[in-house]
Amino acid sequence: MFWNLPLIAVVALILIALAIIVFKKNLIKVFLGIVILESAVNLFLITLGYREGGIAPIYTNAPQATMVLPTPQALTLTSIVIGVATSALLLSFAIVIWKKYGSIDIDRIRRLRE
Amino acid sequence: MIPAFIVENSPALMIIVPLVAAFLSPFIGRISSTVRSIWVGGAMAVTSAIALILALDVYSAGTRLYVFGASAASAAIPPDSGGIPIRIIFEIDPMSALMLVITAISGFSIIVYSLSSERSHTGLESYYTLYLLMITGILGMVSTGDIFNFFVFLEILSLASAGLIAYRIDGGVAVEAALKYFVLSTIGALAILVAIGIYYGQYNALNMAMIAARMQFSVLDQVALVLIIAALAMKCGAVPMHFWTPDAYSMAPSSITALLVVASQASLYGLFRTVFTLYNVTLNAATVGWLLIILGVLSMVVGVTMAIPQKNVKRLMAYHAVSQTGYMLLGVGVGLAVLGNQSLLDAFGYMAMEGGIFHIINHAMYKGLLFLTAGAIFLRLGTYNLNRMGGLGHSMKWTMLFFVIGALAIAGIPPFNGFASKLMIYESVFVFNPLLAVIAMVVSILTLASFVKVFHSIFMGPALPEYAEVKEAPMPMLAGMGILAVVVILFGLFPGIVVESLIAPAAHALVDQGAYIGAVLGGA
Repeated sequence: MFWNLPLIAVVALILIALAIIVFKKNLIKVFLGIVILESAVNLFLITLGYREGGIAPIYTNAPQATMVLPTPQALTLTSIVIGVATSALLLSFAIVIWKKYGSIDIDRIRRLRE
Repeated sequence: MIPAFIVENSPALMIIVPLVAAFLSPFIGRISSTVRSIWVGGAMAVTSAIALILALDVYSAGTRLYVFGASAASAAIPPDSGGIPIRIIFEIDPMSALMLVITAISGFSIIVYSLSSERSHTGLESYYTLYLLMITGILGMVSTGDIFNFFVFLEILSLASAGLIAYRIDGGVAVEAALKYFVLSTIGALAILVAIGIYYGQYNALNMAMIAARMQFSVLDQVALVLIIAALAMKCGAVPMHFWTPDAYSMAPSSITALLVVASQASLYGLFRTVFTLYNVTLNAATVGWLLIILGVLSMVVGVTMAIPQKNVKRLMAYHAVSQTGYMLLGVGVGLAVLGNQSLLDAFGYMAMEGGIFHIINHAMYKGLLFLTAGAIFLRLGTYNLNRMGGLGHSMKWTMLFFVIGALAIAGIPPFNGFASKLMIYESVFVFNPLLAVIAMVVSILTLASFVKVFHSIFMGPALPEYAEVKEAPMPMLAGMGILAVVVILFGLFPGIVVESLIAPAAHALVDQGAYIGAVLGGA
């Protein structure tokens, strides 16, 4: 029962993340929005592979039982690794912006337009 | 002549060589900068050679399948997997091979150019590492047959490109441009990941051929299609989502801008691959075809009108890049709009697609050339501002020659390659809808007008006293530009041969979904 709950959470998280990315002015908060978006997508992938009452997909000496799908877990792992690299690069950009502009307010990061 | 081992394993080698070379280059750079130059130049030359060998093999022997973790390509579907290709598969058909040719030529000529243009800068370890990672990402994106693998290479490409756009911090402005690009491409990549999840949830497969074979075009598939088209159209700089393009293109070092053009083409390839191979006739071809056509026309018109008033030469060229992307979307979109109707496809659909695809390779060559000339001018003058240039025709004769070749090619003047592909687009699109062809021609005229102005303000007029010391660009930079210029001229002089041998197989490979599926699943 309630197996739709994770999917509802995914949609809610995606909407929250998009709202943060669009409306927040602080660069760090925008980055947090992106991280939440990544987590939402990861939760979506994991939910795809979940089977009710399933056990970890390890074949050695496994009892005869339902297993969850291993592929989405592998995808999620890859996606988490990529997410770490993404966050690291975004934060390093924030550091340079802070040093050069003295602000991380996105309304004040617009020297390009001038 | 070429050892069979290399030909057989070329899909893996062309990923491994730049990847290993990328991570070794900071260590090798410790020895001396000359050794590093030889190392990265050599690695790129080997990568280009392998990619060209592979492309040649695909053009002569047909679609190549490379199954990672298996001894032979026939083991694509393991016997105990229930008929699902669970291994990661590279599938290189003529369309992918064309993209390999583009990447090989551009990648090699740009690194030759970089060896000299970046010599006096700091942080070269990371420059070359990220450069080779970009090459890895592009080559992987265009040859993979696994949709999750496509996402991984896309992310490698985005991370490396963002790092390189911000490479010259330039008072923080370059970082601002990189930030804009990277936030957008991360959100786009996550949209693609959601679409991949949707496919996996429905079809239990990540292999593109398998998904294509099982495609139902349900409501969920439509959601996935929208997500992928939006994300990849943003990454290739089509108009409603083009605003990162001028910033990123103008702030990156010129050599990287030339490579970013190729990277955008790789996203365009992903877009075409999704629409034609994953969906093909199951989708409502007319609707999606017109969607691409409208994106294309908007890009052409908005790109060129925004380009005309620009004062920064690279910003101006970047807006022209947006405009030229529109031609490719227009050509291939017309082909898509008549997909499934064999008589219309034979009448003008194939020709429109060939024009659009031919324009991809032409654009990568002449646009790369133009950005490289802009870099050479910046190296000598230290400014991109058109109002502060003038009279360079006296001192930079070779750069002027290359600029003229690139400018005439982008404006579609014979005998350069831009003319050949644009003529194919005009002729075929005119049969489909005369108004679209008229718009395309007007945009081309505006492009010419814009480049005449740029040419005049950079090179014509008396030699300015403040630039009396200006010399010609150094030899390696001229060599890099020369390679691209020769390709531009050759493609312009012999368009028939190029279309016959490179472009037509690519267009037919895109349309023929059955062959793509059959190569993996065997007998479609």
